[in-house]
This record gives sequence, structure tokens and C-alpha cells, in this order.
Amino acid sequence: MARKLLLNNVHIEGIHNYDVYRKNGGYAAVEKALKTMSPEDVVEEVKKSGLRGRGGAGFPTGMKWSFLAKPEGVPRHLLCNADESEPGTFKDRYLMEKIPHLLIEGMILSSFALGANQSYIYIRGEYMFVLRIVEKAIAEAYANGWLGKNILGTGYDLDLSIMPGAGAYICGEETALIESLEGKRGNPRMKPPFPAIQGLWQRPTVVNNVETITAVVPIVNEGGDEYAKIGIGRSTGTKLISASGNVNKPGVYEIELGLSVEEFIYSDQYLGGMKNGKRLKACVPGGSSVPILPHYLVCKTANGEDRLMSYESLADGGFQTGSMLGSGGFIVFDEDQCIVRNTWNFARFYHHESCGQCSPCREGTGWMEKVLHRLEEGHGTIADIDLLWDIQRKIEGNTICPLGDAAAWPVAAAIRHFREEFEWHVNQPKESQIRNYGLVADKSFQTENA
Amino acid sequence: MENNQRIELPQHLLDEVQRVISLFPEGKQKSALLRVLHIAQAHFGWLSVDVMDYVARLLHIQPIEVYEVATFYSMYDTQQVGKVKLEVCRTGPCMIEGAENIVNYIEKKLGIKDGETTADGIFTLKTVECLGACGYAPMLQAGEKFHEHLTEEKVDALIEAYRSNPVANYMGENQNG
Amino acid sequence: MSEQIQKFTITIDGKSIQVDPGTTILNAARMIGGEVVPPAMCYYSSLKGSGGKCRTCLVEVSKGSEKDPRPMPKLVASCSTSVMDGMEVKNKSSEKVIDARKGVVEFLLINHPLDCPVCDQAGECHLQDLAFEHGVGQSRYEFERRTFDKVDLGEYIKLHMTRCILCYRCVYTANQLTDNREHGILKRGDAAEISTFIEKNLSNDFIGNVIDVCPVGALTDKTFRFRSRVWYTKPMDASCSCDKCNGNAVLWMIGDEIARVTARKDQYGEVKEFICNDCRFNKKEKSQWNIEGPRKISRHSVISANHYEREIPKHTVLLNKA
Ligand SMILES: Cc1cc2nc3c(=O)[nH]c(=O)nc-3n(C[C@H](O)[C@H](O)[C@H](O)COP(=O)(O)O)c2cc1C
Ligand code: SF4
Ligand code: SF4
Ligand code: FES
Ligand code: FES
Repeated sequence: MARKLLLNNVHIEGIHNYDVYRKNGGYAAVEKALKTMSPEDVVEEVKKSGLRGRGGAGFPTGMKWSFLAKPEGVPRHLLCNADESEPGTFKDRYLMEKIPHLLIEGMILSSFALGANQSYIYIRGEYMFVLRIVEKAIAEAYANGWLGKNILGTGYDLDLSIMPGAGAYICGEETALIESLEGKRGNPRMKPPFPAIQGLWQRPTVVNNVETITAVVPIVNEGGDEYAKIGIGRSTGTKLISASGNVNKPGVYEIELGLSVEEFIYSDQYLGGMKNGKRLKACVPGGSSVPILPHYLVCKTANGEDRLMSYESLADGGFQTGSMLGSGGFIVFDEDQCIVRNTWNFARFYHHESCGQCSPCREGTGWMEKVLHRLEEGHGTIADIDLLWDIQRKIEGNTICPLGDAAAWPVAAAIRHFREEFEWHVNQPKESQIRNYGLVADKSFQTENA
Repeated sequence: MENNQRIELPQHLLDEVQRVISLFPEGKQKSALLRVLHIAQAHFGWLSVDVMDYVARLLHIQPIEVYEVATFYSMYDTQQVGKVKLEVCRTGPCMIEGAENIVNYIEKKLGIKDGETTADGIFTLKTVECLGACGYAPMLQAGEKFHEHLTEEKVDALIEAYRSNPVANYMGENQNG
Repeated sequence: MSEQIQKFTITIDGKSIQVDPGTTILNAARMIGGEVVPPAMCYYSSLKGSGGKCRTCLVEVSKGSEKDPRPMPKLVASCSTSVMDGMEVKNKSSEKVIDARKGVVEFLLINHPLDCPVCDQAGECHLQDLAFEHGVGQSRYEFERRTFDKVDLGEYIKLHMTRCILCYRCVYTANQLTDNREHGILKRGDAAEISTFIEKNLSNDFIGNVIDVCPVGALTDKTFRFRSRVWYTKPMDASCSCDKCNGNAVLWMIGDEIARVTARKDQYGEVKEFICNDCRFNKKEKSQWNIEGPRKISRHSVISANHYEREIPKHTVLLNKA
């Protein structure tokens, strides 16, 4: 049976309430850390655990923490990124809704480790109902002495509150989040300076994803070494996967990193296979920003090895034949889905969400959307496909923040793997309006020889 | 300014504004802006210029700073909307699970198009981007509430419920179950 | 204080210079001058925080520094990247840069109206220069362009939002030169616009400077007289005694008449000394000024080659498409 570290108690009745959470071992990690460990000890455990950021980039959390500047007399801040707006991702919501105290406990541990005395959770505005759940839990934590002045008589003070965004995917980017939390438009900042040096109100700041922060709780409870035993290679621990699309059992799953993709999709313990007996056509394994994989590259890598749910295996083959674990937004497409339509849909998303600061993203995302719409509607040309390729290429890497890349990658990957389907839309405009192209041919032989 | 006099939050919401401001260090009250705008929008229904100017005064910032923010974030309405905003997610995972049919169905049922408000001022239909419910698609948000696994029957039922009790837009105040 | 500040050596397209630590690549390039200088549409040296947005100044860092010689993986914005000791940069000598810059120019133009012949800024427009030097001949954009209505921002300034490239310079100007900013960026993405949101006069004493910092013809001077004969204006350095600003300006003369007043710009189109609204908009009599002599136009521009006497050359990229 796979181990669960975050969701093990999630099915206990009333676990969102303080009393129930406490009775089930809640806040033991805070007791342990504040009473028996130094902040450096906590950082050390997190380093040993090999925990990597769960927000998308997978950067080692312990290392990130050790970059935090600590100038004398300047307050520093921990911000929890609960913006969760990457299409296909809904795991942070699940955590906060079901077991809000786990996040609060993680925030206390992480703030303690970083020497932060004022921390914030920034949650997307559409999750207002979740904000209220977390805010109630924060009040309970204050009332029980886990937040506020002199926690557990240790002399450590921490104030924690939760603030809403108001509808802007870009505020998940850490510097845009900081701007937003300062009451401004969510325009990402130029880096450097990095938040670790100048973040919220120009003070040293760490931004971490909800899941990253909650993972600190089992790491402190069981020790970093124990945590590192779970998983595979540099992908340690467990990961929450948000599964959606044409599968029998979509939802949030906690998996041990290293689980095979095949087992994840087809076993009854997880997604229970494809809905309505359809065949798998494609999969976006890590949220809308990561490259889409055609069916023949989902369960196997180009080398014919089993594809695993891990940072390394999902990225195996680079962008040519691989993808990314990203935020763990696992979107499954069956044979009835149109890749051109979906690519257009995602392009519209990025166009809608571009902050508009830098020219390639501001202008390029809208242009891609328009060309894709034309193709999808059956009015495109073969030249449009090359044009799209060129536009995405000129956005990628040339923008202020990675939203530009996130907009470019899905388009590039769709053309790379599904070019025939795009061409079919051009050559069979009428037919493409009434039916789907179906599965693309398995190119694995070609890729093997290439 | 005669008009501005009527723009005033009731005491309990002013207290809430003060509480939110107090969550930030001295002099950083601008950080409360997004949340205060949510409070104001919930109370006044939408963010008119007068409401935004009022928020600027509450936070001691320039009105343009409020306009800039209010027009950046998609949840704020700087134009009048219906009492109940039905915000249907249209992004990929919802699309492949039938979001377009739900939008079409609501359009037909209410006789309005995406972005429009019914003549009685009750419903506004809006398509929005992924709301973090992709595994429970298709879905829509009304006020603070998420309605998931939508079917035409569910849409019928929720429209009836909101029609008889159209308070869903008022975040944090009343909610239809 | 005889301690020598350590200087950093940077090489751009094979030309080296020593600069103070903290200097940006762009400013180092400007110190070298000539062909190594990347174009800059949003950076403005006197406006704090400006730069980084337009991406026209992207360059390739082929060697990070003496200590860490690895090249940087992506092109970087030269206006906001600091020089490291031993850094080697490629501007025009990099295919990648040329290609990316073409892309940026195309992006900037897809929603730009092609109304150069009737634009007040023609001949002084940095976008026109940029397109001429770095652009591609033919736009591949076949959709309707974004348009906005013209608006008056009070009695002095006109906003032609359709032409705006969202460089944010005017916003920084209002933030840094006036005590309360009244205009800003509204909406987001490609719907973003410069606006006051409600019809409002920009009234601050120094707000007129937004006209000079605007790289395109989006913000223009409503008091500009004889617009129809813009091609015949002759720039003269002039000064006056003013209690608000230092009174150093340029008068754009048609015969004996002052058509308009601007601040003095350097070869990169940047104003170093801002002037007040009074000098700019209200002093249109020769007697109010002490004329120092003709202004040397050092700026490299599509139009300066023509000494402001002829109409805009017909071969510019923009006109081709009009
Ligand atoms: C456009 C964009 C959107 C992002 N959205 C989110 C998000 O919703 N939630 C999140 O945790 N990280 C998001 N990120 C990643 C954050 O910038 C940041 O890397 C992350 O919060 C760091 O936390 P971690 O190290 O714990 O993963 C986003 C990044 C970009 C560029
Ligand atoms: S890449 Fe897009 S979202 Fe990021 S700063 Fe540029 S315009 Fe804004
Ligand atoms: S109006 Fe001019 S100065 Fe202002 S952002 Fe637009 S282009 Fe830049
Ligand atoms: S795609 Fe609709 S909620 Fe995510
Ligand atoms: S001048 Fe450097 S990005 Fe605009």
C-alpha cells in the first residue's frame, strides 16, 4: 500500500476542526521543532529530505531557504503561494479545504526555520470559500496558542493571515504574487533582485507552494532521512496529483513519486482507466503549461522504458519526447478530443492571463490564439502552422517571466506531436468541424532511429 | 460631492476593513486593497467610480491606484452586473467534459449571451478560466459557491434557486446552499 | 579617499570598455557608442524602475564573467542586466539577437496603426527607427488591429492610445516628477491601456514631460501650432528664467514663430533636464526666450538624415504597408 504523508488523515470526520486535527497528532511537529530544534535544524531536515518545490519548478526547497538574505534588523517573510490557477491543478484547494491546519502547521514550521515573524497565505480570489475555512482555522490556531506572541513559551512570535487575489493566473508567479500582496497590479518583477534578497516590501522573502509547505510537517515529524527514503532518485517523497479529463476517477491523489504512469492511469486504486472504454489519445501530465504527450509517449519513454511519475522520468527525452511533472495537473484526453481545439483553448487562456508588460507575451499570446482559432475553425493554411511555430519560438525565452514560455510550450508540443492533425484541419476543413481526427500514428519507431 | 455621501460601508464592514488593514505593518495599508475591493464589491454589487474613490480614501491612496488594480483582476466588475453572476469555466479540462454545452444551455435558457445580463437584472453569464475544479468538471461559480459535475438538470435547479433568492453575488454575506 | 574603485571590463561585439560595477550592459554599450548600442524602447535612464519591458534591447551574453565564464542560457535585457567583470556580450554579432529583435519589432507593430504620414511623432518616433533598422519588411499579422479612441487629457495633452507601446515611461514620469499620479495602466494583457479611467485633466506642473518621454506618438502636445507644416520646423536651443524648472528647452521654429517647445533630448532621445508645463505650453513668444542657436540633431534617425526639410522618406517599412 502506497504511503500517504499529507492526506493520510483527510478522511477523518471533522479533521478541518482544530480539536479533531490535534487529537490525531496535529501540531506535534510544531512542538517538536520549537522545543527541541533550532531553525537551522529544521532547514537541515528539509535539505536532507530532498523536498522539491511543488508549485511547478521543482527547485530544492532546502536550498531555496538557505538563499534567504538575513540582514540585521530587517524583517523577513514567508509567503505561501495558494494562487493555484494552472489549468488542471486543484490539489492545493483540496488540502486547504479538507485539512487546513496542516497548512498552518507547515507555515509555523517553515516560518520558524526562516526566522519570519509575519507570514501570509496568498490564495486565489475565486477560492473565497476556502479562504474562509483557512481563516477560521487560523483563528483556532491563535486561540490555542499556536500563533501569536511567544508560541509554547519559546519566545518565538508568528503572525499569520490569508489574503485573496482577485482573478489573475499571473499572480501565481512569485514576484507578481508579491506585487499583488502589496496591493498592486500583478506585474511580475524583473529578476534580479530575487525575492530572497528583496521581496515583499523590499524585504527578504521566500515564496513556497501550499503542498511544499505542508510537506514540511511530515519531514519534521519523521525526519528528513525518512522522507527521502520514499520516492525515486532525486524525486523524493509523495506528490499530490490533480487528475482530470476523460478518466473514470478524476480527483486528487497522493502518490509516491516513482509510481508508473500506466499504473496511475489504469489501476483501480488511482484513475481507474479511461472513461467509456475509450482509448487514450494524449496526456498533459503537469498542468496546462507543460508539453502534451501523444499516447505512445505517455506510459513509455522514447527509449521504451516505463514512464514514471517523477520529475526525471516525465522529463525524459526533453521537449522532443518528454514533458514535465510541473504542478501535477494530470489531464487525460481520449480519442474523441481534438488537439487543435485544445491547443487553441489553452492559447486563449494564456492570452487572457498575460499581464501585458512585455511585448512578446502581450502581443504574441493573442496572435497565437487568433491563428489557432482560424485553424480550428477550418480557415487556416499550412503556412499558419509554420507561423505558429515561429511565433511561439519568438516568445519563448524572451519574456520577463515564464508565462511567455508557458504559453509557447503547449503550442510547440502540439505541433511537434500532432502536426498531421493540424494539417488535416487545413486540408479537410469541413470534416474537421464534424468529427475528430482520432489517434495520431505512433512515431516511436522514427524517434528511436533518430 | 453629494453622491459620495451615500457611498459608505456599514459599520461592521468598516470594522472588517480596519481588521484587514491591521494585518499589515504600519504604513503598508495599500496591501489591504484587493481584499477591501472584494468587500466593497460584495456590498455595493459592483465597483463604480464612486465606490473606488471611496476605497482610495479608506486606504489613503490615489484613486488611479485603485482603478489600475480594479481593472487588472478579472473578478472585479467595474460595470454593473446582475445580482447573480454565473461564471462557467471554459478551460481545457472543463471543455473536454462538456463546458461548452453547459454554456449553450444557459444561454438558451436565460436568453442571454456570454457577458450579458438578463433583463430582470438577476443573472449575468460569464465564461471564465480554470477555477481549480477540473476533476469535477463541468463547473460554474456563483458568488462564492462552486457548483460542480454540472448537468442540465443541475443547472435548472440552481437557476431556480437563485432566481427565488438572488443573493449569490454578495460574497461573504448570504449564500445559497 | 584615494581608494581606487575597481572597474569591470566588458566586451560588446568585440569592443571593450571599463565601467563601474553596477553599470548595465546597455549603458556600457552607450559608453562605447555606435553599432554596439542595442535599441531601447522602454528604458529611460532618468526614470527609476524603467526598462525590462519592451525586450528590444535583448542581447546574448556569451561569457558570464571571468569567474564564471559560462554563457547565459537566455538572451537578457541589456537595460536591466548588470555588467560582470570579464563579461562578453554579443549584440549585432549574434544571430539569435537579430532574430529575437525582429520578433520583438514584429510584435510591437502588429497592433500599431500604420498612420505615420499623419502622426505628429513621425521623424521623431523611436518605433519608426526601430522598424527601419531591425524589422522585417512584411507583417504576417492578418487580423484586425486593436484601436482606441483619441482622448484629451486636459487642455495640453492628447492621448492616442492606439499608438502606445506600453513602455510605462509616462507612468514612471508621473510617479517621479509629480506628487500625485493621475493616469496609469488600466486593464491587462493586450487590452491594457494608458488612461485616467475617468475623464480627467492631467494638471500637474511637470506632467507635460510625458510627451517627451513617450517613444511614439501616443502622447502629444495639443498646443503644437502649425502641425500641418511639421516638416519645416527648425529646432533651436533656448532658455528662459523660470522659477519652476531650469528653463533649458528646445524651440521648434517655423520662421519667426514658435510651433512648440520641448525639453532637450540627447542622442538616445532622453531628456536629462525636465521642463515645467509653463515653459512647454505657455511660452510661445520669441520674446520670452533667449535663443542660443540651432540645435544639433545628433540622434540617429530615419528623419534626421533629411534635416527636417523633406517629407518622411517613402521607403520606410511602415509606409510600405500603409
Ligand atoms: C505564470 C506562473 C504561474 C504560477 N502559478 C503558481 C501557482 O499557482 N502556485 C504555485 O505554487 N506556484 C506557481 N508558480 C510558481 C511560482 O512562481 C513559484 O515558483 C512557486 O510558488 C515556488 O514554490 P515552490 O518552490 O514551493 O514550488 C507559477 C509560476 C508562473 C511563472
Ligand atoms: S511574460 Fe507575459 S505575464 Fe510575464 S511579465 Fe511578460 S507580459 Fe507579463
Ligand atoms: S503613452 Fe507613450 S510613454 Fe506612455 S506607455 Fe504608451 S508609449 Fe509609453
Ligand atoms: S478547467 Fe475548469 S475548473 Fe479547471
Ligand atoms: S529597453 Fe530594455 S527591455 Fe525595453
